[in-house]
Amino acid sequence: MEDTLLTTKNICKDFGPVRVLDDINFNLNPGEVNALIGENGAGKSTLVKIISGYHKPTEGKLFLEGEKLSLDNIAEGEKKGIVMIHQELNLAPDLTVEENIFLGQEKKKGYLLDEKYMYDECQKILKELNCDITPKERIKDLSISNQQMVEIAKAVRKEAKVIIMDEPTSSLTKEEVKILFKLINKLKGENVGIIFISHKLDEVQEIADKVTILRDGKQIKTGAAKEFTENQMANLMVGRELEDMYPEKPVSENKKVVLEAKNISVPGFVDSASFKLYENEILGFAGLVGAGRTELLEAVVGLRERTSGQIYKRDQEIDASNYIKSIDNNIAYLSEDRKGKTLLTSKNLPFNLTLLSLEKYSDPFIDKNRELKALKEAEEKFEIQIPNYRLRADKLSGGNQQKLGVAKLMEAEPEIIIFDEPTRGIDVGTKQQMYSFIKELVTKKNKSCIVISSELQEIIGLCTRVIVMCDGKITGSLTGEQIKEEIIMQYATGLKGAV
Amino acid sequence: MDLAKKLGLDDIELNYGTVKTLGPFIALVLLFILATAINPAFLSAGNLRNVFARTAFIGIIAVGSTFVIIAGGIDLSVGSMAAFISGVMIIVMNAAAANFGVGVTTVVIGIITSLVLGFLAGAFNGLFITKGGIEPFIVTLGTMGIFRSLVTYLADGGTLSLDFGVRATYRPVYYQLILGIPVPVIVFGIIAILSTIILNKTSFGRYCLAIGSNYEVAKYSAINVPKVRTITFILQGLCVAVATILYVPRLGAASASTGLMWELEAIAAVIIGGTALKGGAGRIWGTIVGAIILTLIGNILNLTDLVSPYLNGTVQGLIIIGAVMFQRSGSN
Amino acid sequence: MRKLLTGILLISVLFVLGFAATPVMAEEEMTIGVSIPAATHGWTGGVNYWAERTVDKLDEANPHINFVLATADGPEEQINDLEDLHAIHDIDALVILPFESDPLTEPVRYLKEQGVFITVVDRGLADPEIQDIYVAGDNPGMGRVSAEYLIDRLDGSGDIVVLRGIPTVIDDQRFDAFMDEIEDTDINVLDWEHANWNRDDGYEVMQDFLTRFDQIDAVWSQDDDISLGVIEAIKEVGREDEMFVVGGAGMVEIIERIMDGDALTPVTVTYPPDMISAGLEITVAHFNSEAPILGEFIMSAELITQDNAEMYYYPDSPF
Repeated sequence: MEDTLLTTKNICKDFGPVRVLDDINFNLNPGEVNALIGENGAGKSTLVKIISGYHKPTEGKLFLEGEKLSLDNIAEGEKKGIVMIHQELNLAPDLTVEENIFLGQEKKKGYLLDEKYMYDECQKILKELNCDITPKERIKDLSISNQQMVEIAKAVRKEAKVIIMDEPTSSLTKEEVKILFKLINKLKGENVGIIFISHKLDEVQEIADKVTILRDGKQIKTGAAKEFTENQMANLMVGRELEDMYPEKPVSENKKVVLEAKNISVPGFVDSASFKLYENEILGFAGLVGAGRTELLEAVVGLRERTSGQIYKRDQEIDASNYIKSIDNNIAYLSEDRKGKTLLTSKNLPFNLTLLSLEKYSDPFIDKNRELKALKEAEEKFEIQIPNYRLRADKLSGGNQQKLGVAKLMEAEPEIIIFDEPTRGIDVGTKQQMYSFIKELVTKKNKSCIVISSELQEIIGLCTRVIVMCDGKITGSLTGEQIKEEIIMQYATGLKGAV
Repeated sequence: MDLAKKLGLDDIELNYGTVKTLGPFIALVLLFILATAINPAFLSAGNLRNVFARTAFIGIIAVGSTFVIIAGGIDLSVGSMAAFISGVMIIVMNAAAANFGVGVTTVVIGIITSLVLGFLAGAFNGLFITKGGIEPFIVTLGTMGIFRSLVTYLADGGTLSLDFGVRATYRPVYYQLILGIPVPVIVFGIIAILSTIILNKTSFGRYCLAIGSNYEVAKYSAINVPKVRTITFILQGLCVAVATILYVPRLGAASASTGLMWELEAIAAVIIGGTALKGGAGRIWGTIVGAIILTLIGNILNLTDLVSPYLNGTVQGLIIIGAVMFQRSGSN
Repeated sequence: MRKLLTGILLISVLFVLGFAATPVMAEEEMTIGVSIPAATHGWTGGVNYWAERTVDKLDEANPHINFVLATADGPEEQINDLEDLHAIHDIDALVILPFESDPLTEPVRYLKEQGVFITVVDRGLADPEIQDIYVAGDNPGMGRVSAEYLIDRLDGSGDIVVLRGIPTVIDDQRFDAFMDEIEDTDINVLDWEHANWNRDDGYEVMQDFLTRFDQIDAVWSQDDDISLGVIEAIKEVGREDEMFVVGGAGMVEIIERIMDGDALTPVTVTYPPDMISAGLEITVAHFNSEAPILGEFIMSAELITQDNAEMYYYPDSPF
């Protein structure tokens, strides 16, 4: 025990009658990265919330450096040196780096702020962390990875002993991930313990010393990271043998065009883009962040104003001036922003499920029994884990929220479905379900799908054809053998393709 | 899994929640007890009739405001709109009296005028907000001034009075009792039931809740947001029209001081009743209880000399804040 | 030079002056600014009506005089109006019915110092030295005359309720004078509430008084607008024979009732909004007359009864 930084002893947590954590014994040594992995809803967030002081455990004890710890709130946790960096960064976008680092703990000289001290101190920390940000930059002008650096700088300033990183790489590019990992290694050198939560198993393998796998609130296995292969980790998380991540690609000989967009322009985002969607295909849209993929497809379904272009469905020009008309034309779009655009987080599940197709349930009064029935059907069909039908949508885990979003979309019985980042921030098991579901749509349900994704593996594994965008223009359309990482990247960066 | 559990029938959080949602109702009961203790005459049939009939105006208007607020809007023009519609109604009825006599025809003409004006005024607000893309606060602040000054202009700065003959025909609409219940209370009840159904049982009501809780999600759920929002303002206009139809026969007059501050009372009733000022959640019965609470405060203060009338505003303010605090105390 | 006349006499004299004096003097172009509160309730509505009417009439009769009318929603706005009247319209004379005495004293004094002739109507300024002409309403007199009538009608004893106006100095003056007058009698004020010079409030407050008190001998409502609400409330419960109502101001509908001999509203007491007309007429007279017309004119509170109601009857007035 001497050597241990943080230990949890037989931690249990109940929410009402539901036990969400069951007998967790978690161990973190100084200078160690312990990766916490598990499917959505496995209990990772609850565990770190207990460690950071947000929740109190129902049973069990916490020890920090051998001393029993009883935290009443996050502030207390931070005082003891346990700092959590959230997936959605907690920074004030209009304040500067320096102001954020000292937010709530401003150094004062008399009644006034000691600006010089704070500036110097801030610069010192940033230098230590080796990042090229200056204290006076505004958060909103920084890239996501640099914003993350600021969060880490905050933790460093608080002299954190334990840093919890919740999905720190979900919105980082490969380059940025490298920088982050360098930083983590540096922190390790200073004997900081890091709890690293991630769905990206390759990264876990790269950075973690130890891996702790949770499933359904139980601690399934803990061991040195090098003991596991990625596949083993995935299997332990899901609790069954995962077959290949991606289903076999559907072969589509069909050359009937179901949707065609001609010369779509969205000022500032998309410049005269044209593409075709064939029947029963999964068309991928690849590109770097900011290439204009979301904007193009939002314009196609009328969610965004376009300044030029026509939309044809089965060779007939359609009016896609707003999304209501697109839904009438059986074209549906699932946004990448689950909590901001797909679901009403403060409303219950049936409310969310039927919102897109409410007319179906009202004649003229809404039939709540039918809504409930629909929810039960969706629960089965999409394997949504629902502890309680009257739950608010934000009480579901991310993966289950996403499934509910898809179920909501399918309630409208669309023929053409556009998925924007359908697996962002969800666990492997759910990802796999999502992939086989999309495949089933085109092979068995006679639908045609478009998938926008920033995860190249996903595009490569799932799509029958890939359109690549760069800087608001379509630079290439790839099929078959051409769908490879290097080729896509050449088009995505504008090295190849008509720009 | 146990179905009862899944349906939330034994859910602690939900049962705890119901105590909270009953808040305004409990506040109302407490006020009733207080009032009776202060003056037993409070419980007389006559006084209760007075209280509920008075509540009808603000109550009906507040029912409209509930929709507007749930859908994320606000309407500051209702008081002025009521004054304006009363004024035009009186002018039209006085003119109609010359042609059609002082009978029912003239009153019906007046009532139709009111409904048409309410519809148009609401549509005016709604379209400027949705088509013009201007915040509801600004548009209705503008129309609040416009309607108020129009009625002042129509009345030459004074009072518009309804022809005495017409007044006699029209009087029962406010003063008549049906089974011992005043007509305005019955109308209020009908509107309350209708709007409860609209809010909770129709897709329109559902859309109002969706728009108020997250405008973007509503847009991405193919809801015609501008249309739904415009309709909430039209509903509000119609509610004002109905309130005006009941108001005019009471005193047969309209002036620049008619409906003064009604907008704030209506909004207060909605909030006391537990609807969120930022929209997205709300209930009609809460609004009704809120409106009754507001009227009760005035009534109780008039029934006692325990409080100096100079302090009426203080008592009113404290009870409003207290009622809302009480209602929210359970939430965190 | 100080004159004290009763309002009625004065107005009739001045009507003549206003017309007759026009051709006498060599006519110089001049501008008179008129600043009054906006029509926010019945009585100020009357003020607006009479101001516009008199301005139109005087404008026609005096082609050399230019009138500028400004209405304000509050004291701050009235101060802005004064600045505009001076800076933009370059007025030679000001006829003002101040929203409140204190805040307007200094702005009016400034105009005076700029050589503007000042006529103050109704509410006096904090410093009476500023005004050249003062046409005053008699607020304490209104309370007193009402009390005198009530004492007389009730033979010095009875239970009454009082509905007051908006809590202001004017309201206090009327109420205090009323209470002083009944102090040594057996008239008992059961309770009073503010009805804000408003018909709806009058109706609701009276309903509650009727619920609370089984016997009410008389109502002093202080204002005819309130009276109209009070009357509806009394009629609703059929207690017309039990009591009567004394209002104030001289509103058309009430005067009609008095003329008809309505037992519920036997009298009202004048506090005529047309005092603004007197202020205008006197000001114009001052400029047209060869002898200077200056000083203080009090429009005394008169009791309007069935006998003299005809004299106060202006059916076209909106108030």
